[in-house]
Amino acid sequence: MASDRRSTLVFVFILFALLLTYPIMGIVDESKLVWGMPLQFFYFFFIWMALIVVVALVVRKRKN
Amino acid sequence: MGLSLVVGCSLLYIALLFLVAWRVDRRADRGASVVNNPYVYALSLAVYCTAWTFFGSVGRAATGGLIFLGVYLGPTLLAPLWYMVLRKMIVISKNLRITSIADFISSRYGKSSILAVLVTIIAVLGIVPYISIQLRAVTFGINTLTGMQDQAAGGAHTPFYLDAGLYVTVAMAFFTVLFGTRKLDPNERHEGLVAAVAFESLIKLLAFFAVGIFVTFYLYDGFEDLFRQAYQHPQTAALFSFKSVGVSPLAWNMLMMLSLFAIVLLPRQFHISVVENSTPRHIPTAMWVFPLYLLLINIFVFPVALAGKMLFDPSVIPDTYVLNLPLKFGAPWLALAAFIGGFSAATSMIVVETTALSIMFSNHVVVPLLIRANRLEGNTDLVSGIGRLLDIRRLSILFMLFLAFGYQKLVGSTYDLVSVGLISFTAVAQLAPAVIGGMYWKRATEQGAIVGMLVGFLIWAYCLPLPSIASAGYLPSGFLDHGLFGLSFLKPGALFGLSGLDPVTHAAFWSLLFNGWIFAIISINTRPNTLNLTQADLFVNIHKYNSGQEWDILKREAKIADLQQILTRFLSESRSAAILKEFETIQGISLAHQKIAQADLISFAETHLAGAVGAATARIIIESITKEEPISIEEVMRILEQTKEAVDYSRVVEAKNKQLEALTDQLTLANDQLKTLDRMKADFITTVTHELRTPVTSIKALSKILLDYRTELPEDKSTAYLQILVAESERISRLINQVLDLEKLQSGTSELQQEKLDLGALLQHAIDTMDHLFQNQQVTLKVLLPEIPVYILGNKDQMLQVAVNLLSNALKFCDPAAGEVEIGLTQVPLTALWWVQDNGPGIAQAAQSIIFDKFTQLNSPELGKPKGTGLGLFISKTIVVQHEGTIRVTNALVRKGARFEIRLPLLNPASKSPKREDFY
Repeated sequence: MASDRRSTLVFVFILFALLLTYPIMGIVDESKLVWGMPLQFFYFFFIWMALIVVVALVVRKRKN
Repeated sequence: MGLSLVVGCSLLYIALLFLVAWRVDRRADRGASVVNNPYVYALSLAVYCTAWTFFGSVGRAATGGLIFLGVYLGPTLLAPLWYMVLRKMIVISKNLRITSIADFISSRYGKSSILAVLVTIIAVLGIVPYISIQLRAVTFGINTLTGMQDQAAGGAHTPFYLDAGLYVTVAMAFFTVLFGTRKLDPNERHEGLVAAVAFESLIKLLAFFAVGIFVTFYLYDGFEDLFRQAYQHPQTAALFSFKSVGVSPLAWNMLMMLSLFAIVLLPRQFHISVVENSTPRHIPTAMWVFPLYLLLINIFVFPVALAGKMLFDPSVIPDTYVLNLPLKFGAPWLALAAFIGGFSAATSMIVVETTALSIMFSNHVVVPLLIRANRLEGNTDLVSGIGRLLDIRRLSILFMLFLAFGYQKLVGSTYDLVSVGLISFTAVAQLAPAVIGGMYWKRATEQGAIVGMLVGFLIWAYCLPLPSIASAGYLPSGFLDHGLFGLSFLKPGALFGLSGLDPVTHAAFWSLLFNGWIFAIISINTRPNTLNLTQADLFVNIHKYNSGQEWDILKREAKIADLQQILTRFLSESRSAAILKEFETIQGISLAHQKIAQADLISFAETHLAGAVGAATARIIIESITKEEPISIEEVMRILEQTKEAVDYSRVVEAKNKQLEALTDQLTLANDQLKTLDRMKADFITTVTHELRTPVTSIKALSKILLDYRTELPEDKSTAYLQILVAESERISRLINQVLDLEKLQSGTSELQQEKLDLGALLQHAIDTMDHLFQNQQVTLKVLLPEIPVYILGNKDQMLQVAVNLLSNALKFCDPAAGEVEIGLTQVPLTALWWVQDNGPGIAQAAQSIIFDKFTQLNSPELGKPKGTGLGLFISKTIVVQHEGTIRVTNALVRKGARFEIRLPLLNPASKSPKREDFY
């Protein structure tokens, strides 16, 4: 299980590294508002929260 | 707001921190650790958020939009990898009692002192700008609250004794000395300090949240209202995307990478996350709690920056928005709270950073220098004059803070907080190749790390701090525009003609590029020495070394008294005694009567000493009292002997292997023989059953005739039939007897009852028995027996059987038309030779060797189907061999036909000769 978790975490790192850098960042690099929030602002905090949730889910203690 | 109020509140806050630290230390002494908790650990990691975060992020957002987030997204991005990277660093550091990032790197590369000094210098010079912005933030915080803004802007022109910064520096030095150097822990763990840092993290988060809520929900009508207004506002509209604010994609990516490195490589981060870590089990929780903390403390930064930009005229410095917004819009108490939050962020950074730096500075620079100096003077008491380690630490802290104050006075005020902070990030990133390579690449060498790091550091110094010092007017600034020595490709802002990047991205790109490549190329082309190699293996494969005990490669000796003295001087009397006691307990020995410490005790002491002064320094100190014996000839011989034994052993193994192969061959052969035997046995059974069935069939048929026609049959006919019945029955019983004989011979149960036999008489008896058969088949029997008796020792019945066997064979195979059989006996010296010869077809040369084997029946077209059981000759041979004789077959020379010759040893002529009549 431990090595499964390691692989998952490396995958999470790579996925979010791609999401949080250019060129993918360029997609949201626009001056506009989405639901009353700047698009870039919304994108950053959404991805950020997603990373926190994913990491918390991966590392949570399995009950068995 | 009065100065006394601000200072009073700050001092009260500091007193509160001391109370927290003191109580936690007290509880820790009683064995109840508050710090041993994953949430406290995660909060203490938030020492990452300094006054830079508190004031500087808003300032940065006001000019660069969301670019400030890169500093927090980098660490967030690394969080998933903590499970591997940070855990490995912690395990290595706990096992080797590593106390700082310099210690970590130097330990990896063979406890290199040069590397330890280099890392320390990079860290101290690199971090000084970072500390300076903390001092400046606190100073302008006080100035903003008390309305003395002009002095903050005055910077270098204010007389130093009027500069609030000086007093802030002195106060900070005082706090740090009290917090970080209260006691010398061998593991450099300060529970009280960690607790205070975690507490401060909560305070700064709450303070910033309070300001954020005030701005967003009191000054504006929530996020949506604020963002919509800012979107329309000419001052702020450009901040909504990187494109419009002019942030290049490369600058963003580089910022992410720099902050990703910084979260583990900054001396204070290494100190809190690795050295102060209670257990690696806290990592999984911290992996999501720490990013969550970063998210929360950043969520109001952008709104506050937008609000400040819309509400203030451009003359207000954006770095002060957090204080000025509540101050100017009717919430001075909130401004004071915000100041306490920023103050909190600054103090925790300064205390932890300078503590970590002072450990490095005293362990790797000051103490080794003092030891070297003492050694040069020929001082035998090498540790005298060094003084207490804690005093060195305190002086180092003062030195560092005044260096930072000096930097701030020189250049600090010409740049905003974040720009200065990023200079430090770039400096610290120079450690990344050596650390990453050191943990995952065994081939990385000391030379590679030194040269790579040095080149990276020089490029950094040339491209970042030097221009800032020069443009502040303290250096001739000609090289900024025209390059060094007028060489345009050496312009610090556009090295090798690479222009169009911001200074930090530019400097980070070139310095890390050269650092990394030089590190790799030199590592590949240099060979590590033994110590280097073992340390490399220890770091890369830490999981192999559970105990963490290093291998003793060096054969060392020292006086126990010297060792004890050193431990006492650098640690304490009680601690030194405890270490020796621990060693006695582990090894189960008593040191009381020993004078000389062996290598294991020295290594043990060195590891503990390393906990206080670092691995490289501990090695130098220990060296000063040990004799590092050159390995003796005997030692070399012993090692060679061991090698030889290993070689010998492998030869033995090889020989065994060969034996095994031979055995395997034999087994294969035996197996083949067994298979052949098995097949022969099967054939034999077929033959025997056939042989049995033939007489049984005729017996059955004849008996039936006799039964059915017993009255009608003529006398002579029935007599003939009965004779056949008898003959056939005899044939069956003969066959059965032979099989039984075979069984007996094979199982070896037949006890050979030997007696003195006259072979001539015995043969005559056999001839008499067989005579009628010969006459019946009209075969001439030629008998050549001697007149005198020929005595042998043997079993009568068995010998008779051999004779009968050979005679009946001869009868079977002689020429059917004119059969002629010869039997003879003669004496050759010591041997009785007896032969039986027929005039049949003879036995082919190839068959002669197998004819005596069990179950062999010669089968040829001329002879038709076999006539015997295939046992006669085998039984004969077995008997002859049991009588110590030989039997062989040849083809007769004169006439055709087979000739069987049996040689049996003559009975000793001296022994008593029984009469020939005894035989009967």
